[in-house]
Amino acid sequence: MNTHLPHPSDASRTSGYGREDSSSLMRADLLLPAIGESFRKLDPRIMWRNPVMFVVEVVTILTTVLLVRDLATGAAHPGFAIQINLWLWFTLLFANFAEAVAEGRGKAQADSLRRARTETHGKRLIADDKGRFTHDSLYEPVPAPELEVGDVVLVEVGDFIPSDGEVLEGIASVDESAITGESAPVIRESGGDRSAVTGGTRVLSDWIIVRITAAQGSTFLDRMISLVEGAQRQKTPNEIALTILLAGMTLIFIIAVATIPSFVHYAGGHISVLILVALFVTLIPTTIGALLSAIGIAGMDRLIRFNVLAMSGRAVEAAGDVDTLLLDKTGTITIGDRQASDFMPVPDVTEQELADAAQLASLADETPEGRSIVVLAKERFAIRGREMNALDAHFVPFTAQTRMSGVDIGSRQIRKGAVDSVLASVGDNAPSVRAVRQIADGIARQGGTPLAVVDSGRLLGVVHLKDVVKGGIRERFSELRRMGIRTIMITGDNPLTAAAIAAESGVDDFLAQATPEDKLALIRKEQAAGKLVAMCGDGTNDAPALAQADVGVAMNTGTVAAREAGNMVDLDSDPTKLIEIVGIGKQLLMTRGALTTFSIANDVAKYFAIIPAMFVGFYPQLSTLNIMGLATPESAVLSAVIFNALIIIALIPLALKGVRYRPVGAAALLRRNLLVYGVGGLIVPFIGIKLIDMLVTSIGLV
Amino acid sequence: MSITGWATIAFFLLCVVAITRPIGGFLKRVLEGETHFLGRIFGPLERSFYRLAGIRPDEGQSWTQYAFSVLVFKIACFLAVYGILRLQTHLPLNPMGQGAVAPDLAYNTAISFLTNTNWQSYSGETTMRHLSQMLAFTAQNFVSAAAGIAIAAAVIRGFARRSAGTIGNFWADLVRTTLYILLPACVLLTLFFVFEGVPQTLSGSATALTIEGAHQSIALGPVASQEAIKMLGTNGGGFFNTNSAHPFENPSALTNFVQMLCIFALGAGLTNMFGRMVGKERQGWAIFSAMVALFLVGVSVLYWSEAHSNPALAALGIDPSFGNMEGKETRFGIAASALFATVTTDASCGAVNAMHESFLALGGMVPLVNMMLGEVIFGGVGSGLYGFLLFAIIAVFMAGLMVGRTPEYLGKKIESREIKMTMLAVLCLPLVMLGFTALAIVIKPGLAALSATGPHGFTEALYAYTSAAANNGSAFAGLTANPFWNITLGVGMMIGRFFVIIPVLAIAGSMAAKKISVPTPGTFPTDTGLFIGLVMGVILIVGGLTFLPALALGPIVEHLAMLRGSLF
Repeated sequence: MNTHLPHPSDASRTSGYGREDSSSLMRADLLLPAIGESFRKLDPRIMWRNPVMFVVEVVTILTTVLLVRDLATGAAHPGFAIQINLWLWFTLLFANFAEAVAEGRGKAQADSLRRARTETHGKRLIADDKGRFTHDSLYEPVPAPELEVGDVVLVEVGDFIPSDGEVLEGIASVDESAITGESAPVIRESGGDRSAVTGGTRVLSDWIIVRITAAQGSTFLDRMISLVEGAQRQKTPNEIALTILLAGMTLIFIIAVATIPSFVHYAGGHISVLILVALFVTLIPTTIGALLSAIGIAGMDRLIRFNVLAMSGRAVEAAGDVDTLLLDKTGTITIGDRQASDFMPVPDVTEQELADAAQLASLADETPEGRSIVVLAKERFAIRGREMNALDAHFVPFTAQTRMSGVDIGSRQIRKGAVDSVLASVGDNAPSVRAVRQIADGIARQGGTPLAVVDSGRLLGVVHLKDVVKGGIRERFSELRRMGIRTIMITGDNPLTAAAIAAESGVDDFLAQATPEDKLALIRKEQAAGKLVAMCGDGTNDAPALAQADVGVAMNTGTVAAREAGNMVDLDSDPTKLIEIVGIGKQLLMTRGALTTFSIANDVAKYFAIIPAMFVGFYPQLSTLNIMGLATPESAVLSAVIFNALIIIALIPLALKGVRYRPVGAAALLRRNLLVYGVGGLIVPFIGIKLIDMLVTSIGLV
Repeated sequence: MSITGWATIAFFLLCVVAITRPIGGFLKRVLEGETHFLGRIFGPLERSFYRLAGIRPDEGQSWTQYAFSVLVFKIACFLAVYGILRLQTHLPLNPMGQGAVAPDLAYNTAISFLTNTNWQSYSGETTMRHLSQMLAFTAQNFVSAAAGIAIAAAVIRGFARRSAGTIGNFWADLVRTTLYILLPACVLLTLFFVFEGVPQTLSGSATALTIEGAHQSIALGPVASQEAIKMLGTNGGGFFNTNSAHPFENPSALTNFVQMLCIFALGAGLTNMFGRMVGKERQGWAIFSAMVALFLVGVSVLYWSEAHSNPALAALGIDPSFGNMEGKETRFGIAASALFATVTTDASCGAVNAMHESFLALGGMVPLVNMMLGEVIFGGVGSGLYGFLLFAIIAVFMAGLMVGRTPEYLGKKIESREIKMTMLAVLCLPLVMLGFTALAIVIKPGLAALSATGPHGFTEALYAYTSAAANNGSAFAGLTANPFWNITLGVGMMIGRFFVIIPVLAIAGSMAAKKISVPTPGTFPTDTGLFIGLVMGVILIVGGLTFLPALALGPIVEHLAMLRGSLF
C-alpha cells in the first residue's frame, strides 16, 4: 500500500525548511481541479471568511449589474467597462485559485490516506476465566468500525491493525508506510516506549495483542486525513490579527473612496462608479488578502511533507516563536551509541597490549560499543578481527549481575565492563587499582564512559567510550543562537558528563540527571520568564512535559500517552527535526508579513496611476501627477486593475513556497525583507503598470 | 530662505533635545508617585485633596475603571463649562457686559476645551467674559492637559507592567500632573510673559487716543496666565481672536521662541518618561528621533514653500525675495512663522502666530498633513505619545511578522485584540476628517461658512474638520462658523478624542496583563534606526494613502494651478 507521501529521504527533507522547486507546486494534476474550485469558491458564503475578498466580490457584483444595465440601455463604448469588469472577476478567481492550489495537494494526500483506511476486521479476544488475554484466547471477528475503546484484539501476520491501540503483549514488525511513507518495517512491542500502534498499518511478522485506545472517527489516521485536507482549518491567532488589520485598512479605504464623489461634486466634476470601484479594489490589500489563506495552508502542508503532523495551525505559529528548545541528549545531540575513542593502559602495559585484549573481549559483542572497540583496535594497531572459532574462544555475555562481558580462551579470561564491577572482581588489593580509578575519573570528567579491561585478574587499563556528538550539531546550535533560540540539553547523565558534552556540542545550557519532574519544572520556569518552550519526547513519562510545552513534538514511535500530549507528531521519530519545525513556523509568519508589506507598498504607485486619471477631467493641472506617463485615463485605470489581478498570480509560488528563512539576527532579516518587499513593493508596480499600459495601448484595448 | 532662518530652526531643535531628559525624569517621578522636591512642599495639599474626595491614590484601576473615571470627569467638565457660558450674564466679573453664549456655540466651545482642542468659533475678547475665560477656559486648559498626560502614563504602565491587572489611578494622575507639573511651570511662565509685556489684569479694556484723534478701545484681561497653559498644555485657545499673532499674547521674538518650546516641552518629555518607565531610555529616544525626523520634513517643506513668493505677485513686480509675507507678522518673519505653524500642528496645540490660510498651497498643506497624521509628532500632551504608539503597534505588527515571530513591542506580544483596538482608533480620524468634509461641501449650511471657492474653499472645510478630529484647534481662518459647523465640529472633536482614548486604554489594559518576553537576537529591536524609519514609513504611507485623494483636490491642485497662474 503505497501513498503519495514522500519518502523521508525526499528532497524536501534534505534541503531543509521544505524548500523545493515550484514545478512540483504547479503540477498539472493539481492545477486543473483548482481551476474548477476557483469558480465554486465564488459562493459568497465561502467568500465571507475572507473579508477583503468578500468586499471585492460585493463591489464587483455591483459594477457588473451596472454594466448589464448599461448594455441593456445601449450605452455607448461599453468596451472599457467590460474589460474592467472582467479583470475584477479575474481578481476574485485568482484569489480563489491560490487557495485551491494550496488545498489541492492536501486533498490528493487525503484521498490516498483514505484508501489506507480499508474495511478491516479485528479479531476481538475474549478474556479467559482469569480475565487475561493470551495469544491462545478465543476471538471473534468484529468489523473495525464496531470496535470500542478498551476492546482487546489479536493482530497476526498479514493483518491490518484495526484501530489505534497499545500493545499489551508480544512483539511484531509493522509496516507503517501508509502513515509515514517509510517502507522499512518498525518494531512494536509491549512495555517501553514503542508500544503504540496505529490503525491502518499492517503486521509483517509475529503477533501482538493490542488494546484499542481510539474510537472510529477519532483515530490517528482520521485526524491525519482531516488535517491534510484542511477540513477543520481554523485561523491561527496571528492570522486573525492580520485579518483584522487588513479589514481595518479596507475600512479606511472605504472612507477614502466613498468621500470622493462628494469632493468631485464640489469641484464641479463627475466620476463614475466603475472608476471608484477600480480605485477601491486596487487600493485595498487584495494581494495579501487573496494569498493569506493559501500561505497558511501551504505552511501546514510543508510540515506534513516534512512528515510532521501539527494538530493545529496554532502550534505551527508557536514554533516560530520558540525561545527555548529542550533537546534530549541521546539521539539528538549525540549519536546515541557510545564509541570507543581511546585505549588508556595502566603503567607497565602498552597501549597495543590493551587494545588487543579489548578487541578479543569484544569479538562476539554485537553491541555498537563492542563493535567500535574492534574497529578502533584495527584502526590504531592494525589488529585484525580474529575468528572466535579459530581461537577456540568462548563468549561470556553481559549480564545485569556481572555487568561485564568477555571471552574465555582456554584458561585465559578476558573481561571488560563497568569500572566498579571489574575492580570488584579483582579485589581492592590487586595492583594498578588506583591507576585504573585515576584514569576512569579522568574519562568521566571529560564526559566519557570508562570501560575497564582485565585479563585473568590482571588489570590492563581502560577503554574510553565516548558519547559522539553528531557532526554539524555545533553549527546548528550557533545558527539557533543567531535566531535567538536558546538550547537546553536534557540528559540523565551526571552533571560532569553532561557539562563535557554540553561544552563539546556548543549547547547553551543543560539539565543533568533529569527526571520527568525536573523537565516539567524547567519548562514552567522558562514559561514564567515569558519564554516559549519547545521539546520532543516519546515516553509516557514525557507526557506531562509535552503537554506543558508550547510546542511538544511527540515521536510516532512513542507511547499513546506521549502522542496524545504533544501538539505535533513526528512520523519519522527524528528529534533533530525540532530545529526545522522552528524554521517552518518562522517561514510561515515571514511570508505573511512580507506579502502584507508588499501589498500596502504597492498602493503608492496605484494612486499615481488612478488619481490623475480620475480628476484630470475637471482639474487638468493634476496631469502633472501622472509621473508614469500613462497614455490615457482609461488605459491608466485598466492597467492598474490588470496589475492588481496579475500580481496575485505572480505571487502564488512565493505564497506556497514561503519566503526563505535565513538564520541571521532579526535586525538583519528585517532589513533584508524590508528592502525586498517594502522598497521592492514600492517600485515594482510603477514598472508593471507602465508596461501593461504600453501593452494595452499598443494592442488598442482602450 | 536664510541662514538665520535655518539657525533659528536648528537652535530650537537643540533646545528641545536639551529639555527632554530633565523633563522626562521629573514627569516620571511625579507620575510614579516617587519623592521629589515639590512633593515636600505641596504634599499635604495633595493628600488633603484625596481625603476630601475619598480617593486612595495607591489603589490601582483596571482599564475599564480608568476609562470610566476619565468619562465621568469629562462629563462633569462639559456641564461646568456649558453652564458657565450659558449663564455668564448672571455671574460676576463681566466688565464688558457680554451676553450669554448661544447653545450651539456653548456646546462647541465646551467640547472644544475639554477635549484639549480649543477650537474657537468665537472671538475671545468680544464674546467671553473674564470669568468665563478664567474659570471655564483656563481651568479646562489645565485639566484637559493633565488628563491627556494621565492617560499617556496609564498607557505606558500598560507596556511597563507585567501580568498586572491595573494601570494606575486616574484621579491621582490628574491631581499630581496638575499640582506638580502644570501649575508650578505656569506660574513661572506667567511671570516671564508679564515681564515681557503680556497684560495680566482684570480690567476690561484700555482706551487710547489715536493719532487721528479717535478713541480706540483696546481689549485687555488676564492674558499672561492663559498664555502659559495655552502653550504648555498644547491647548492653543488664545485670549484674543488672532491668538499668538496678537502683540499682547506674543509680544516679542523671545516670547515667540519660548512659546514654541513650551508646545513641545511636555510632549518631548513624555517620550523620555516612556523610555524610563519601560526600563530603557533608548526606547524613548527612538520615538523621539522618529518625531524629530518627521518634524524636520514638515518644517523644511513649509519654510521652503513660504520663502518663495506667490508667482502672481512676482508678476506684478513685487520683489520675490520677500517670500510670502501675506498673513505673517513682521516681528516674526517667515522662518519663525513656518516653525511656529509646524510646531503647533505637529503638537496638538493650535495656537497660531500667522494665518495658515494665507500660506501658499504647499505651505498650507504641511499643517494639514501634520494633523491628518494624527498629531503624533510630539503631539498633544499625552495624546501625541499614545497616538504614536498606535502607529508603532502597526509598524511592529507588519514588520514583526517579517522576522518570523509573533510581533512584540517591548516584550509584549501584539495580538488580535490590540490590532482591533488600534485599527478602531486609527479609523476614527479619517471618518471625521473626510466624512464630515464630504458632507459639509455639498449642503447649503456647510457651504455657507466657506469664504473661498474652488480648491481653496475645499481646503478650508477639510482643515476645519481635520483640526477638530485631531484635537488641534487651529483654524485655517476664512471659516465663519454657523450652527451646522458648531455641531459637526463638536461631534468631530468628541470622536477624535474619546474614540482614541478608550481603545488606547483598552490596549493598555490588555498589554498590562501580558507577560514580558525576554529580548533575544531573534526579537525585532525597537530602539534602532531601522525601527525609526519603519514607523515613519508606516505613518507616512498609512496617512498618505488615506488622504491623498483629498489632498489632490485641495492644496495639490491649488499649488499646480498657482504655478500656471490661476488663484483661488
